[in-house]
Parts: sequence; C-alpha cells; structure tokens
Amino acid sequence: MAIALALIVAMLVTGGVWLLLRPRSWSVVLGLTMLGYAVNFFILLAGRIGSRQPPLALEGAGALADPLPQALVLTAIVIGLGMTAFLVALALRGVAARGADTDDADRIGEGPVDDDDADMAA
Amino acid sequence: MSLLPVLPILLPFGAATIMLLLGPGRLATQRVLALGAGLGGLMVAAALLAGADAGVISAYRLGDWPAPYGIVMVVDRLAAMMLMLVAVLALGALLMAMGGSDAERPDGRGRHFHALFQLQLAGLAGAFLTGDLFNLFVFFEILLLASYALMMHGPAPAEAARVRAGLIYVVLNLVGSSLFLLALALTYASLGTLNLADVARLLAVLPADDVAMARTAMALMAAVFLLKAAVLPMSLWLPQVYARAPAAAAALFVILTKVGIIMLLRLAVTGWGDSIATAGLLQPWLPVLALGTITLGTIGAFAARRLAEVAAWLVLVSSGTLLFALGFLTPRGTAALLYYLPQSTLFCAALFLLAGHVAARRGALGDRLGRGPAASGRRWLLPAWGVAAVGLAGLPPLAGFLGKLMMLQAVGTGGWQGPWWGVLLLSSLGVLLVLSRATGPLFWQANEVPLDNRAALAGVAGVAPQMGLWLLLAAGVAMTVWAAPMSGFAGRTAEQLFERRAYQAAVLGDVPVQRERRP
Repeated sequence: MAIALALIVAMLVTGGVWLLLRPRSWSVVLGLTMLGYAVNFFILLAGRIGSRQPPLALEGAGALADPLPQALVLTAIVIGLGMTAFLVALALRGVAARGADTDDADRIGEGPVDDDDADMAA
Repeated sequence: MSLLPVLPILLPFGAATIMLLLGPGRLATQRVLALGAGLGGLMVAAALLAGADAGVISAYRLGDWPAPYGIVMVVDRLAAMMLMLVAVLALGALLMAMGGSDAERPDGRGRHFHALFQLQLAGLAGAFLTGDLFNLFVFFEILLLASYALMMHGPAPAEAARVRAGLIYVVLNLVGSSLFLLALALTYASLGTLNLADVARLLAVLPADDVAMARTAMALMAAVFLLKAAVLPMSLWLPQVYARAPAAAAALFVILTKVGIIMLLRLAVTGWGDSIATAGLLQPWLPVLALGTITLGTIGAFAARRLAEVAAWLVLVSSGTLLFALGFLTPRGTAALLYYLPQSTLFCAALFLLAGHVAARRGALGDRLGRGPAASGRRWLLPAWGVAAVGLAGLPPLAGFLGKLMMLQAVGTGGWQGPWWGVLLLSSLGVLLVLSRATGPLFWQANEVPLDNRAALAGVAGVAPQMGLWLLLAAGVAMTVWAAPMSGFAGRTAEQLFERRAYQAAVLGDVPVQRERRP
C-alpha cells in the first residue's frame, strides 16, 4: 500500500517536472498542475496512511483521522487553483503580446535587449 | 490581549478590501486610503517597535486557541524591526507610484494597483509576524500573488518582454511553493507540528528514527527560502524580473529577497538550534554560495545596460552579503546582518526609484546607460544619486561601510577571512566603478530633452515621487547618523533571537502541552 501510494506521487512528480521543462507555456501550466496534485496527495499522506475514520472526536469512536493534513490540503488546493488561474491568464497575455505560445527554445539568441530595441523603435 | 500585533496585517488588508468594494476608477480615493494605511502602518510599526525593544516577546493567539494548535502572531525585536522597514519602504514606493500624468503613473495603468499594493503589504507583515510555518506559506502566497500582478503594471511598450520575465518569475515561485508544501508535509509527518516554537522544542528531543525525515524537511524549507533570497544557483531569475517591474513595485520587491533571508535566519536560529537533525545543513556551503552570489551580482552589474538592471544585480550583491553573515549563525554575525539589512534594502530601493526618475526624464532613451541627453532636473537628482551610490558601494561614512565592518569583525580570524575580505572589498570597488561609470551618460551630458518626449517627462512630475526617493535616502542616512543606537538595537535583536527558550516560553507558555506520540 505504502509503496503504491509513493509510486503514484513519484509518477505525478516525474510527469510534472517533465512538463515543466517543456518550452511551451501551456505544458508548463499543465506541469505545475500535475506537481500540485502530487504535493496535495503527499500532504494527505503526511497524516498517515489507512485511517478511514472521520476526523471527528465522536463519542465512543476509537481512532480518528488526523484532521490537520485535510485542512492543510484544502488550503493548498484553493491557493493552487488561484495560482493556476493567474498563470493561465498571464500565459494568454503572453500569447496576445507575442502572437504565439511561448516557445523560448528557438529564441535563445533574443534576450531582453532585443525587445528593448524593439521598444525604442515602437 | 491587545489587537496591536495583528494590526499590521489587518490595516492594509482592510484598506485593500475597501478599495475593492469601492470599485475601480476612484484613483483619488484609493490614493488617500493607501497613504492613510501607509501612515497608519508606520505608526503601528513604531508602537510595536517601542514595545518589542523592552525585551518582551508578545504572542497573539488567533481565536485564543492554545499555541501548538492555533495560529500565533509573535512580535519580537526582529519582527518589529522588519515591520518598520516595510512601512518606510512602502511609503517611499507609494509616493513614487502617485506622480505624473494619467498615462504614465503606475497606479493609473491598472485599476487595482493600490489594492494589490496593500495586499502585498498585508502578506509581508503576516510573513514577518506569524509563528506558524503553514501560515507562513499562506502569507507567502498572498505577497507573491500581489507581486505577480504588481509586476505587470509597467509601461505598455515593453509588454512582451515583461510578460516573459513575469512568466519565469511566477513559474519559478510556484515550483518553490510546491517544494515549500512538501517540506511542510514532511515536517508534519516527522514532528507532528507546524508551530515554529514547537518545532524547535521537538527538534531538540527528536528520536533517532525521525532524524532523516526531519532533516529532509528542514533542508527543503531552507532551499525554498534561499530561492526567495536568490542565492547563487537560483539567482538568475531575479535581475530580469526586477528590472522589468515598474520602479515603485521594484522598490517594494527589494524586501522580498530579504523575506527569504529573515525567514531562513528565524528557521535556523530559533527553529533548529543545536539539534543533531539539522547540524551542518547551512554551515559549510552557505558562505561559499554567498560569496559566489556577491561575485555574480557584481559581474552582472558591469554587464547591465540599464540603471534598473544595475539596481537588480545589486540586490543580488546585497543578498549574498547578508547570507554570508547568516552562514556562520553566530550572535555577532547576526547582529551585523541585522544592522546591514535595513540600509542595504533602503538604498537598493532608492536606486530603483532613481532609475524610474531618470527613465522618465530621458525620453525614449529611458534609463539605458548610453550616450544621450542627460536627465533633466539633475539639480536634485544628482545629489540623490551621490548618496545612493555611496550607500550602495558601502563607502564611509554611510552605514553600509559600518555594516560591512561589523561583518568583518564578526568573521574573526577563521579560515574564511581571506576570501571574505577579498570578495567583499573587490565587490565594493566593482559597485563603485559601475555606478561612477553610469554617472557620465546619465547626468553629465548635454541637458536636452527632445520635444516629442515631454509627455514621458511628465511621468514623474509632481512632488510626491521626489519625496518618495528622498524619504528612502533619508532613512538610509539616518542609519548612519544614529549608528550607535541602531547597532545596539541590532545586537539586542540578535541576542534575543539566540535565546530560544524565551521564544518558546512566550509562544507555548511555560508548560508546553504534552501530546501522545503518533504511531
């Protein structure tokens, strides 16, 4: 069980990192989302595996699940959603400003300096 | 409990909420609110500073929950000092944002500039005050999200380059946030707490089984703070982002690297203590990386083509200098760090504002370090430039020199003295060369502004932006004039920081809550 869960986190992280390193902003957004899933899952696992009890101190109930990781994960999900929304908006603005999805792989020679010159001409 | 410790967060947060409720387009109201909140923040910070300097660590428990369970806001000397610095910096940056005509003023380009600015202040205050690591993450996200948006308020022509720099900045910080969350999960899994004082207490008595996990968690967290501080392998994102942001926002961003440094200081000194789980996490390599960061920043400043880029590279030099002093984790080194930090922040921020002033006065040439018309209005810009340059290069008589001297004394006669003296003095010389080289093209050439650029010149017209610049410079110079009380305060702050028991007692109470160990 523990190994399977660890493998799921590992796979999500691997996919996330690979997508992050792609030169297109859309892949990067997807990669960050995937990384976010991995991290959220990981936080949930920090509250120990296999506790299926509710996180409530009910009378008569024996064990109870740790409520804190669940609260943390909720917060992290909300923040992650907001960040992803902002990132998508920013990437779209980049597309609008450049007329193409960010593809820095073939633009290495064009540093910010060239943009400065373009600004001056404009 | 007095509400005072949470006021630095509530005040800007409330101001931002009112601004958003009022709706966009009420710039005059927004400005009055922003200035009011800024002055209020200054007064609250002064009150907190006066209270904290009496040596009492006051903890505010949200909802009155006992400490390891609820969230605590802790005001000690370090937090109060940083709040004061944020308040002064914020006033300077706000004044800069308020000048000029409709088209050019930064707060006129976006409808919510002031609300975002206040939210960033709330995030900064929260990060310095909170005594809970997860809460720190939340405040980090608040201030980062505000900074992402503030960064986009630059002039329209450079839009494409700014968006690209912004994307890199956002993606990098989101990866940092993911690492931060992983570190928090590991901390919770190994220690069962996220309260810094509780972490410190439990790290000291950690069973050998949990050492590996706790060590991993702490190393990850340190890496996240070092990313914010832009230390060497993770520093190349900073210059292009800061140089692309509008001057008023960039001036405020200078403190963002300092947030990373102060948080690392707090984590390493208050949290780690002498625990075996964290022994040797910073000690051998942080000073080396810090020296590398100083070198990189100095070389970068030579290669910079715009004044704002020079300022951005100098932020790296400042970061490296502070991290070097931090790397030794001694009270004397920390005292030197705490004396050096405020004036370094103020002069770096002043240089960003100065770059904004110069850019608005040279038309299409902007703040490029090339031949062209000198900045008009240099009668008052040139003295400001002189003060900022002397402060940044760390020349006597200004406080940067005293701070570096304190650091050199704190390093003592260990093996690091040779490289430290060499790198620091050469870097000072390099900064001085860069800044004096820039003086000619920026200020001493023919004072002609082409006619078609009169509109741009209006960008920083009015008294407010000049007041902002001079406020930061005056605060930096005040660090020199009152050097004895300031360095005394820095010493007391460092002492307090190293008294870990007092911090734990203030946050957790004298008898910490006992908990069962989890399976």
